Amino acid sequence: MEPDVKLTKLASCAGCGAKVGAGTLVKMLDGFRTHTDPRLIVGYDKSDDASVYMVSDDTAIVQTTDFFPPIVDDPFLYGQIAATNALSDVYAMGGEPKLALNIMCLADSMDDKIVREILRGGYDKAYEAGAIITGGHTIHGAEPIYGLAVTGFVHPKRVLTNSGARPGDVLILTKPLGVGILTTAAKADLVKPETMNAIYKQMATLNKTARDIMLRFTVHSCTDVTGFSLMGHSFEMAQGSGMSLHIDSLSVPFHMEALEFADMGFIPAGAYRNRTYVEKGILKKCEIPRALEDIFFDPQTSGGLLIAVAEKDAKDCLAALQAEIPNAAQIGYVTELHENYLILE
Amino acid sequence: MTTVDARGYSCPEPVIMLRKAMMKKDAAYTVLVDNAASKENVTRYAEHEGYTVSAREANGEYTLTLKQ
Repeated sequence: MEPDVKLTKLASCAGCGAKVGAGTLVKMLDGFRTHTDPRLIVGYDKSDDASVYMVSDDTAIVQTTDFFPPIVDDPFLYGQIAATNALSDVYAMGGEPKLALNIMCLADSMDDKIVREILRGGYDKAYEAGAIITGGHTIHGAEPIYGLAVTGFVHPKRVLTNSGARPGDVLILTKPLGVGILTTAAKADLVKPETMNAIYKQMATLNKTARDIMLRFTVHSCTDVTGFSLMGHSFEMAQGSGMSLHIDSLSVPFHMEALEFADMGFIPAGAYRNRTYVEKGILKKCEIPRALEDIFFDPQTSGGLLIAVAEKDAKDCLAALQAEIPNAAQIGYVTELHENYLILE
Repeated sequence: MTTVDARGYSCPEPVIMLRKAMMKKDAAYTVLVDNAASKENVTRYAEHEGYTVSAREANGEYTLTLKQ
């Protein structure tokens, strides 16, 4: 049933498009005093998806949080997408989510039924992920917010950071791009319902399957492609690894409809912030249509995993992924750092 | 000449406002926006609809002139 309150109308930014630019965040944290701890395997310094702290020789905890304003009017679906997106950071580290806390902000116009449906969506995805929501914190505010703080576990030697890519690795992306542009165009009621249903389903799909499959192979690095776009997250992997990531522009999976909406100017402001942040790190070796480039900078909500898999395993890993996730695609490869961090071919 | 004042609005509102105004099929439009993303998006939409765009910036506000 369509609720009386249009959730997306209560929000000024959609989904991960609300994310504050990476460049802004780096500046804000500059110069703070912090403790060092040898057990902290992954901290803030490499712009990774989650922090990882070693508890014992065979156990490390993975911690992350993610939340955003409504990206869809259906409250149950919004809850599902927000939870899927939050859980994804644990999967991107190669971990398994176990505990979660709700983070919620209620606008005055939301009635109890809507709030319950959002939470039900979150619990639904946490259950599917095998995680338990043990509590949370809810406040009142001008705009609705929902998401989770998630704790997971990973073997300390099997942590997949975004800084481990090696020369020869093959890059695989598991979900098609264009979600930010399509949800922006949807605000003008321009997108076909079947397209929107496809991207809603995509955003509410856990990266659990992709994570479970990739762990069967030699994967050197992994991240999830969310608010900073394919370019932003690839750049962070390249910079963190000290490598060049070569992206084969014609192989990147995306929703075809997003091309025309990009040409029509339905581009989230976050895409421009992403471009500003990462532009200097990109070398273009070919002509790329402007609309396709916009898609590369498009902030994704609950996007797929970007996986750097060893060359020897690449074919089998891709085949195994595609058997379960038909949209998974090989999108490039890794070399020693040469010319620039990102090379678009 | 129709003027669309989209100052104070963020994406995609300025494009939606222009789209509505363009139902009139005027030969020229002036669009006012106050952020760079909206300036880019309005330019893209206008070009997509067959207009040429010239932009002027003053104090963080953009005046876009659209001509067929």
